[in-house]
Amino acid sequence: MSTVKLDTVRNKWVRILQIIFDKINYTYGGGTAFEQHAIKDISFTVKKGEFIGLIGHTGSGKSTLIQHMNGLLKATRGHIYFNGEDIYEKKYNLRTLRSRVGLVFQYPEHQLFETTVFKDVNFGPKNLGLDKIETDLRTYEALKMVGIEDDMLDASPFELSGGQKRRVAIAGVLAMRPEVLILDEPTAGLDPRGREEILDQIAKLHKESGITVILVTHSMEDVANYVSRLLVMNQGELVFDQPPKEVFSHFRELEKMNLAAPQVTYVMNALKDKGILVPTNATTITEAKEEIIKWLRK
Amino acid sequence: MIRDITIGQYYPTNSILHRLDPRVKLIGTFAFIISLFLFKSLYGYIAVTIFLFSIIKISKVPFRFIMKGLKAVIILLLFTVTFNLFLTPGKEIFRWEFIRITVEGIQTAAFYGIRLTYLIIGSSLMTFTTTPNHLTDGLEKLMWPLRRIRVPVHEIAMMMSIALRFIPILLEETDKIMKAQMARGADFESGGILKRAKSLIPLLVPLFVSAFRRANDLAMAMEARCYRGGEGRTKMKPLHYHGRDYITFLVLLFYLAAEIGIKIIEKHFL
Repeated sequence: MSTVKLDTVRNKWVRILQIIFDKINYTYGGGTAFEQHAIKDISFTVKKGEFIGLIGHTGSGKSTLIQHMNGLLKATRGHIYFNGEDIYEKKYNLRTLRSRVGLVFQYPEHQLFETTVFKDVNFGPKNLGLDKIETDLRTYEALKMVGIEDDMLDASPFELSGGQKRRVAIAGVLAMRPEVLILDEPTAGLDPRGREEILDQIAKLHKESGITVILVTHSMEDVANYVSRLLVMNQGELVFDQPPKEVFSHFRELEKMNLAAPQVTYVMNALKDKGILVPTNATTITEAKEEIIKWLRK
Repeated sequence: MIRDITIGQYYPTNSILHRLDPRVKLIGTFAFIISLFLFKSLYGYIAVTIFLFSIIKISKVPFRFIMKGLKAVIILLLFTVTFNLFLTPGKEIFRWEFIRITVEGIQTAAFYGIRLTYLIIGSSLMTFTTTPNHLTDGLEKLMWPLRRIRVPVHEIAMMMSIALRFIPILLEETDKIMKAQMARGADFESGGILKRAKSLIPLLVPLFVSAFRRANDLAMAMEARCYRGGEGRTKMKPLHYHGRDYITFLVLLFYLAAEIGIKIIEKHFL
């Protein structure tokens, strides 16, 4: 295990902080005509068990950033610490990092390849080198976590519906029992019910197991309903790192970055402009409803 | 790493060569390659060199870029040169232990080396100055007469264009799938040949599935836009010969005449 060269007071923080990004930079194609500085000086920390949202316009660097978290991409400058260890140290085992930080890509159903659902989810834990009983146990556990019925275990993954395939793919990552779960737009391409189901399942998982969750999304409503902290990226830089309510109060600035606040926030602001004095920081429909009812009762 | 392979890549500038009809370039490249093998004498090769370097100059493709394309075959080149240098029998001019170099060895090594280099440069110039779609258009037009003997020329050309179009897309897909499986602990790097072959399954199966899915979608999209095959199909930008193409044909003829002339002179006077 490597030693982090910090003094004892900061050392204590390092142990609570699960992930630390310290001035991370990533440049594509350095030195060629295709050079692109995708990530500029990004620093932030993540505490164990947090549920964080990451939003940003297309091309802002979100996907690039999350690939640094499990070591798939190596920063061209800067340090990353996971559970207190510098992941770029020579002795650090990146494969172990990938089993602790689970990353679910966009349209994860495209990674399915095995002959049965069970075997596909089994792939992850098998790669960890565990014995058969342990891998089968974790596989079954993961499939139950995403709500896949027993009668589907022997079916071919290619016979399932889109939503089911996606849940199997997510189970494939959960079976590794990661400490951190990163999801890149898990609701992309699903109908409203499918989106709600997946997000509710993730929220349930977070509540029951205390797993750290990082949700990359384009939907402000998803963010408002589930996360406790929001990271906003714009053109490779981290511009906001605050609770959702505070971030959305800056909705004019968000608009300049091709983002927006949840629909409900705009509604509340429109009401306020018409003289109906409701607090404008409501970010979910439930909150808005309660504030409007409160005002009506006055 | 994949971006470093410049063989076959298009280099966008504006030179006469870029503006020539692809058929002229195809025929020209073919003629050039034949000339490399038919006119093997010293003077013949001097003519070839002059021809090739003038073409390089006209193409406005940077010399460095062309040399990069040779990197891929440098091993083959070294192999050829070394073999010929040390294993050709003849008049010895250098000896050390069991290593012998002969005059003939130096000559053959030089010729084979130069021939291989010119071959690569010549064909590369073709692809540097012609977009892949232009190339397939040219091939389609040249092969058109083959339809009389039931060769599916249009279908072949269409398949080639589509394949070329999808190379970058499939490369990107491979990258995505590889990363997704690595995130699940897949290991594509360690182990012996058998293990590594097996580890490719989680990569190849999803890739094939994806390719079939795209092919299906593309077919439907083409049909939705009334594609019915090659019968009676017209082109938006049909290939026409221009003045510069006819001039190029003349230049080619002149070059070949010069080569034949050199061969005749050598035969009768040297």
